[in-house]
Amino acid sequence: MNFESLNSAKLASSGKTLPSNIAAAHAILTRAEWQRAIGDLRAIDAVFLSLWGADDCDRDGSFSIYATFLLAEGALVLQHKITDVIAPSYPSLARAFPAAARMERAVYDLLGIASATVGHESDQRGWLRHAGWPEGLYPLRRSFDGAQQYLVQSEPYEFVQVEGNGVHEIAVGPVHAGTIEPGHFRFSVVGEKVLRLEERLGYTHKGTAKLFESLTQTEAHRLAARLSGDSAVAFSWAYCAALEAITATAVPLRASSLRALALEHERIANHLGDLGALGNDAGFALGLTHFSRLKEDLLRVNAEAFGARYLLDYVVPGGVAVDLSKSAHHLLEEQYRKLAHEVAGLRAIYDDHGGLQDRFREAGRLTPELAQDLGAMGLIARASGVAHDLRVDHPWTPYDGLATQLVTQSGGDVAARVQVRFDDLFESLRLCQTLLDTLADGPIQTELADADSDQLGIGLGIAVIEGWRGPVMIALECGAHGSIRRCHAHDPSWQNWPLLEYAILGNIVPDFPLINKSFNLSYSGQDG
Amino acid sequence: MLTILSRMIRTGILTEPCTEQNSAPSLGSGSQSRTVAPLNEDAATVDALQRELWKTLGRALCIRHVDAGSCNGCELEINAINNPYYNLEGMGIKFVASPRHADLLLVTGPVSVNMEEALRRTYDAMPHPKLVVALGDCGACGGIFGKNYASRGGISSILPVDQTIAGCPPSPTAIITGILQAIASAAQ
Repeated sequence: MNFESLNSAKLASSGKTLPSNIAAAHAILTRAEWQRAIGDLRAIDAVFLSLWGADDCDRDGSFSIYATFLLAEGALVLQHKITDVIAPSYPSLARAFPAAARMERAVYDLLGIASATVGHESDQRGWLRHAGWPEGLYPLRRSFDGAQQYLVQSEPYEFVQVEGNGVHEIAVGPVHAGTIEPGHFRFSVVGEKVLRLEERLGYTHKGTAKLFESLTQTEAHRLAARLSGDSAVAFSWAYCAALEAITATAVPLRASSLRALALEHERIANHLGDLGALGNDAGFALGLTHFSRLKEDLLRVNAEAFGARYLLDYVVPGGVAVDLSKSAHHLLEEQYRKLAHEVAGLRAIYDDHGGLQDRFREAGRLTPELAQDLGAMGLIARASGVAHDLRVDHPWTPYDGLATQLVTQSGGDVAARVQVRFDDLFESLRLCQTLLDTLADGPIQTELADADSDQLGIGLGIAVIEGWRGPVMIALECGAHGSIRRCHAHDPSWQNWPLLEYAILGNIVPDFPLINKSFNLSYSGQDG
Repeated sequence: MLTILSRMIRTGILTEPCTEQNSAPSLGSGSQSRTVAPLNEDAATVDALQRELWKTLGRALCIRHVDAGSCNGCELEINAINNPYYNLEGMGIKFVASPRHADLLLVTGPVSVNMEEALRRTYDAMPHPKLVVALGDCGACGGIFGKNYASRGGISSILPVDQTIAGCPPSPTAIITGILQAIASAAQ
């Protein structure tokens, strides 16, 4: 494939096609080319998706650093081989793509590969490594024994101090007041007003990347589904799509449509939950009651139609686990009709409720300029006018036949994020109905093309899926005999967490739960 | 306001009896066709439960939930037990914001190494008597994550566990049943 918009002629010509569910190219670059490519990509407003590394010392005596970008033509994966294995480093991306900063810290924690910066100091603090394993040991190196347990040796973590008359700090977490995931928020405030928020995450790091390497290719979709439970369909589909691309397996049409149905159900269920919780956080308990009722209805329909309330093990390599019966068609159609009717009624109540709108509007504003500059992803980006949706920009099967409507708002505040959820939900209902109407007959599973008999199932592939939060990515490198050599999972929360630090500025502390909920980012998906 | 009131009246009370195990999926939730048996009408069950609560704790049961490293799947179902169908608060069981107000610690996840200290501190902050319920396959035994350099496995590797609730994630009914069993066994 040809990436014409890139200035770097060498890159465009040397890029090889990469197995993927969308058009994708892969280029191996020298250090200088890597540095130049980053600048070129910034210049053409490429979307930075993910950064990860790999230890190939056992194979060719090198480390590799990878970065994925989304361009108009498709996905571009850059790889730079680092031959200095004593002090491995690569040119930092964080100046051009600020979202890379935390990913660079994570790459260092897991692999000991440092990002080299020019003219400013990089952040040396651990991100995923708190104190749970000794400094100088890197879990994703081939020599590291993943089963080894270490004693926790408490280490200090230096938050940025804000000084001045009347400034004080509020420390929140990792254990929060409600039923949510753990993370630490350090507010610097004057009175009620937030001057600065600094997040510290990584508390739910479970060593998933290392764990992938101990699983076989045909069982690891179960782990992918559990990277972030609320995005189980998105991640398990991404994993299976990457594996199917590498093994050149063609999934039956019916299975693809059922996967899309499951993905849209996941989107609707999460939006219903969020819309209720947002009402509740603004003091409107009736919203929570009704939206949680509608969500429960949908989950029970899931149980009847797909065999489970949450579809963690629905997408499997080669297809889906359960077929949709004819009787379930009626069940689903009735559910869609009822949801459309009820949500429209609740939307009217939300829109007309002065107290609710007073809390929603102007709260937690993320301006379109900032969202663009800092590389916002998915739902958060679309509420700030950054119009990207993989289902629209790079529709994979079956989205290539669905003409998904792009949903955007330009307000960038909590109200805009509420509206995007409503519009998204209605568009998902439309997609679900279309998928049902056009559901092909045929098998729901196919055998994977033999992955370990020859070179076919070996090598790198990626897949990107637009989950309810935004694009999730799996980069999979298959080894011989059905093994996994490396699997990198990316959740859009990586990009959006730092944006929450901006959205809260100038707001009051009591509005933080509302603003945080309007982002509703994944801790587990980011921590890995 | 009129719209809101009419919606409340049209929806009615949806709460299901707590003895109903694995309630059959039902579609007609807001419609009149559905027979609903509000929990409050099941007086014998609630009475028995309240008596056990009083005997054990001398008041309503307060739960503090801690995510010790879960994938957030279990959290979705914990949230569901407070929806109108299951209405856990209707039984006098509620979630509280501080471990100092809690009788029962509901823990999800495998215990990640990075959450180990926070989990211990939360447990230590609770007054006696205290119960610990490990939720989900990961809470029970580490689940798919097991033990590794970043995960300590099940909750019992860190805290004394009174009750485990298996499932990935466990259904709301299973969670409620498990919580009730924890109370019942503590009462004996």
